[in-house]
Amino acid sequence: MDTFLQQIINGLTAGSVYAVVALGYTMVYGIIQLINFAHGEVVMIGAMVAFTVINALVPYGLPPLAIVLIGAGCAVPICMLVGYGMEKLAYRPLRHAPRLAPLITAIGVSIILQHVALLIWSRNVLAFPQIIPSRTYMVGGAAITTIQIAILAICFGLMAALAILIYRTPLGTAMRATAQNQQVAGLMGIDINRVIAATFVIGAGLGAVAGVLYGTYYGLAQYTMGSILGLKAFSAAVLGGIGNIPGAMLGGVLLGIVEALGAGYIGDFTDLCQYGWLAGSISACDGGGHFVLFGSNYQDVFAFLVLILVLVFRPSGLLGERVGDRA
Amino acid sequence: MTNWRARPAVRWTGVFLVAFSLAVLPFALAQVGTTWVRITDYAILYILLALGLNIVVGFAGLLDLGYIAFYAVGAYTYALLASPHFNLHLPFWIILPIGAAIAALFGVLLGAPTLKLRGDYLAIVTLGFGEIVRLFLNNLSQPINITSGPQGIARIDPFHIGDFSFSSYQTIGGLTFSGPIKYYYLLLLVMLGVIVINLRLQDSRIGRAWEAIREDEIAARAMGINTRNLKLLAFAMGASFGGIAGGMFSAIQAFISPESFILVESVMVVSMVVLGGMGNIWGVILGALLLSFIPEVLRWTVEPIQQALFGRMLIEPEVIRMLLFGLAMVLIMLFRPAGLLPSSVRKRELTQETL
Repeated sequence: MDTFLQQIINGLTAGSVYAVVALGYTMVYGIIQLINFAHGEVVMIGAMVAFTVINALVPYGLPPLAIVLIGAGCAVPICMLVGYGMEKLAYRPLRHAPRLAPLITAIGVSIILQHVALLIWSRNVLAFPQIIPSRTYMVGGAAITTIQIAILAICFGLMAALAILIYRTPLGTAMRATAQNQQVAGLMGIDINRVIAATFVIGAGLGAVAGVLYGTYYGLAQYTMGSILGLKAFSAAVLGGIGNIPGAMLGGVLLGIVEALGAGYIGDFTDLCQYGWLAGSISACDGGGHFVLFGSNYQDVFAFLVLILVLVFRPSGLLGERVGDRA
Repeated sequence: MTNWRARPAVRWTGVFLVAFSLAVLPFALAQVGTTWVRITDYAILYILLALGLNIVVGFAGLLDLGYIAFYAVGAYTYALLASPHFNLHLPFWIILPIGAAIAALFGVLLGAPTLKLRGDYLAIVTLGFGEIVRLFLNNLSQPINITSGPQGIARIDPFHIGDFSFSSYQTIGGLTFSGPIKYYYLLLLVMLGVIVINLRLQDSRIGRAWEAIREDEIAARAMGINTRNLKLLAFAMGASFGGIAGGMFSAIQAFISPESFILVESVMVVSMVVLGGMGNIWGVILGALLLSFIPEVLRWTVEPIQQALFGRMLIEPEVIRMLLFGLAMVLIMLFRPAGLLPSSVRKRELTQETL
């Protein structure tokens, strides 16, 4: 029970970060049907910028929370600029091109961003300074840290703010209209280019925050972190139904939990020694040994597995209406 | 230029010239350094990969971002069946077909659940598939050691027929054949075979069916084309070429590890196909040659230039190479979306505005 609850808490924390990243994918997809491959790299750049700023500020003896906030405060506008730039330079000219073209451009942009980051921040794994004093609380036999609580609060706060933005403001209405039908929205007096650019900028800003949270949570950042995180977040977006904002939130949280539970239990499930009829024939099992087929090092496989299963059995995702094979 | 095809004399002279220069090439390169022969060998491997991927992406129009997984499957099949790791030493002409078959099987495994998906979804799923294969290669060292994990497999057998080994020095008729030169001729032979297969495929019933699927799947189905089987066939054929290339890579390199099959490699093969011109065999070959040789040329020029200008290395050639890749992909899509040597059909398709 303890492990179970603990994995749920860990999964919820990671999942809420996935959800915030997934929002960036799903918003862009919803509005121009583009998988923005480079979104993961935006998240990475957010983490990196925050790392630099936080490291630079540590010696000045500011309160830790202020340092992290300033770090995030620098990361968000820089990422927004990156998001705006790539939309303007790489995607906008291709808006009416066949689908394959912007997708390949997106891969190119992602390679460029990754290697620019490599030039600036080197190949090494950067260790985030652990400045926030972490206190641990016990909840029903499982531990939850202050950082986890903060991440959950920030992520759910962001999701709520985004929901308000999308469903309660003129910009949100314009975004939803553009997503439904660009041409008609344009005829109604909506500046399509502005709305699409805004979508990219908002998505990038969310990504930046997610990057900072991810960095402080795991304590690490590297120029390659964006691709795997991006893939997971994309899987989350597909799980919830791509193009669907509440879906991305749900998908992210679910994916985090599935991953944590999977990593927590796969070792036990695939330990052949616990199956009596097999244990007799495996010498490693003698004297309480283990013969684990798949350990928690397969954690990253779960996201892809979820992605493939969803696409096969319910391509529209949990909450989505769009279908995967729409021509 | 007008009708050289119609003049057999000119045509055969051209063919002879190309054949002669291809035959002499390794010896000319060996004068500069055996490294360059080796680089040419790897370039041919990339041509094989790009041609294999071209079947999937160029002919059938299915964007596969995990293609390197099939290369990995072929490479590991060879490594496991011809190395001290399991103490198996089967000859290559048995393993290569096995590797191709296993890779084809993986291709079908990947294709079957993803056939319904549209282009960009497919791209992500194949990307995920490639990563899964790599994760398994990395982790299948426990509890039974199958792949040796991140350490990889070493001391893989070179190709050999009887006593004739492809990796050793040998002097035949006054000419010194080094290992890479022998592999060069073998690779050249395989490449010619693959090119012929590709050319014949393109104009065959199957090739035209693929083209129809690429252009409009629903219309193709309405015309009675079995889209499911043909897409699976494209996956399987593309994968089997990758498997063969992987087996040869394994033997030439004599050492493999999961590091060789990372996502960047998949992206690189995709960029070769895209840069050269999707669907056009000669374009794809050009793309593969450019992207194999430019980085090497960079490696040999950028370093000394930086040393001379700044006294130290500021930017590694590897990083410059990747930056150029990324930039090339973006710029090609913006300004020449059909590639350097576009296929005629693709050109028409990409310049048309879709609604």
